[in-house]
Amino acid sequence: MAALSSADVRPARAAFYNDPRLRGLFYQVVLFAVVLWLGYEFVINARDNLRAARIATGFGFLDNTAGFSINQTLIAYTESDSYARVFVVGLLNTLLVAAIGIVLATILGFVIGISRLSSNWLLQRLAGAYVEVIRNLPLLFQILFWYLAVLGALPGPRQSISVFGEAFINNRGLFIPRPLLDDGFGVVVAAFVVAIVASLAVRLWARRRQEATGQQFPVLWTTLVLVVGLTLLALVATGFPISFEKPALRGFNFVGGVRVIPEFVALLIALVTYTAAFIAEIVRAGILAVSHGQTEAAYSLGLRPGQTLRLVVVPQALRVIIPPLTSQYLNLTKNSSLAVSIGYPDLFAVFAGTTLNQTGQAIEIIAITMAVYLLISLVTSLLMNWYNARVRLVER
Amino acid sequence: MKRVGTMLAVAAMLGFGASASAQTLNAVKQRGVLVCGVGQGLPGFSSPDDRGNWTGLDVDLCRAMAAAIFNDANKVRFAPLSAKDRFTALQSGEIDVLSRNSTWTLSRDSSLGLNFAAVNYYDGQGFMVRKALKINSALELNGASVCTQTGTTTELNLADYFRANKMKYEVLALATADETIKAYDASRCDVFTTDVSQLYAEKLKLTNANDHIILPEVISKEPLGPVVRHGDDQWFDLVKWTHFAMINAEELGISSKTIDEALKSDKPDIRRLVGTEGNYGEQLGLTKDWVVRIVKAVGNYGESFERNVGSGSKLGIARGINNLWTKGGIQYAPPIR
Repeated sequence: MAALSSADVRPARAAFYNDPRLRGLFYQVVLFAVVLWLGYEFVINARDNLRAARIATGFGFLDNTAGFSINQTLIAYTESDSYARVFVVGLLNTLLVAAIGIVLATILGFVIGISRLSSNWLLQRLAGAYVEVIRNLPLLFQILFWYLAVLGALPGPRQSISVFGEAFINNRGLFIPRPLLDDGFGVVVAAFVVAIVASLAVRLWARRRQEATGQQFPVLWTTLVLVVGLTLLALVATGFPISFEKPALRGFNFVGGVRVIPEFVALLIALVTYTAAFIAEIVRAGILAVSHGQTEAAYSLGLRPGQTLRLVVVPQALRVIIPPLTSQYLNLTKNSSLAVSIGYPDLFAVFAGTTLNQTGQAIEIIAITMAVYLLISLVTSLLMNWYNARVRLVER
Repeated sequence: MKRVGTMLAVAAMLGFGASASAQTLNAVKQRGVLVCGVGQGLPGFSSPDDRGNWTGLDVDLCRAMAAAIFNDANKVRFAPLSAKDRFTALQSGEIDVLSRNSTWTLSRDSSLGLNFAAVNYYDGQGFMVRKALKINSALELNGASVCTQTGTTTELNLADYFRANKMKYEVLALATADETIKAYDASRCDVFTTDVSQLYAEKLKLTNANDHIILPEVISKEPLGPVVRHGDDQWFDLVKWTHFAMINAEELGISSKTIDEALKSDKPDIRRLVGTEGNYGEQLGLTKDWVVRIVKAVGNYGESFERNVGSGSKLGIARGINNLWTKGGIQYAPPIR
């Protein structure tokens, strides 16, 4: 029996429309074309309908004068500025509350998450109760609670609560002295920078020495003494080149100093406490995901409980914590748009709210707002993914 | 969130919807109900009672239209809208007509793609403060915190007034009328500002209404009236003439009490108004007796005014410039002929 040549056993070539690669490609092209066509239709149809209804279109409105006032602006803003400036003011207000909120929520979340695993019965139960109460109440309700029930109950400007006669709290906000920098403050800044650089050098040297000899060096204390000491020394040497503008009651309210509006405080507290409850659970899950054997191994190597947590448990837990933590950061940023319910002038309130209403250009403004929130979220994700890549398990 | 829904709705309607229909009247007739955008509870203009019946000057205009179209003043669905959402709701076709104390301005009339049909209340912006502040003039408000509703002409007039008088202020702009008056009531602001008619209405909601005064200054012109979309002239005419019919009825002395006698009248202008002569209602796409239906349902303009905001109401606002032109006011309607 003659051996069959390889050419003879090759199966009959399938019809081209049964080729999985070709088929996949075909569907992708069709889908892409449909999406493109839908987008094109949307734009053309919107343009025609807007034209038919004679509604103004385009982005020219951004140069028009806004004409309304905003009560918290991080950059100079007056009523005669443009809508584009309103957009920036709103964006900065959103970023401010989101950035501070993320930092505080992370700290509070870690503290509560670790407390839930504490061996102290009271602490553990308190943390548990906090999580269960806070994360099960709607965020809008919490914002209104802080704004109306807590901050709304503060006294009026004339009965302000005075903090050592320097800062004042009333239902119009928190008023603190504004630091004014005089000549010679540059020296203080320079001293501070030198202290930081020196601390970093000490840290590097201490780590090298520990690797070589096993001897430890109190890096934390050295850093504290360097930073505080050098800065204080510079302050004394230059004769305290800093003065404070105190808030003073004049007319209806306090004038001067730095003012923190109650809308900001209420929104920040609500966002931080709410998000921290979720972060606490993520942290707890992350720590529980690290095998108990790791802790026992660390103890048997002679590490103290604090060191065990810091050097062994948390770095491993971070790998589990970071991806869901990113979602919480994104949630906090997006939830900040609930500011509109209490009149905090964030991007959504002043741009997608007031500006939209004054100009009537819904499509443009909603598109810009969507793009901005998307961009903020993508940047947050990007940073967190980068951090995640840094702490992930290095496989050797 | 309702307002996000509205915005997405307008984007979707404008994007995917068919070209704007010029047949609002036919659509309303087919639907069997008029959808009317009103305020979210402003006594005297549009507010629901405990059984959900809407009353008010703006509400009466909607009812008058329903009466003219369906001969039934109850065939109206009221859509309560915040100042922020109202125009978007109209542009997107969620409502047929907006009757929500909205100020007629050039930019709204042109770039929003809307038409103001008439002025059913001539208003102006004013300020309310606590009596305890012992302030008698708006010019003493330098440095005050002011509560106002966002997305209104009020917000812009406020900025203009303080700028023109070189005074400083802090604005707290809230999304709804209720949130705004609550913030003022909670002493978050020294001053509450809006149209004077609304000041009287909102004052009733305060914990101690007698502790507050309305300052004498009126800082702006606020002609308030019903609004329709661009692109449907027949509908625009219908809304406009519903208001004019109420004014003309008052001018000719025809009220809900005297309407039956008017039908027997032999005066030519009354005969034209009530439809015993000519076919004026039909020219609008309605029936000959359209004015009879309107007056029977809501009365003439004067009756509606007194019942909702005037002497017959808790607000007790005087007719003032909203009186007929023949009685020293500026309410004036073109003739029906």
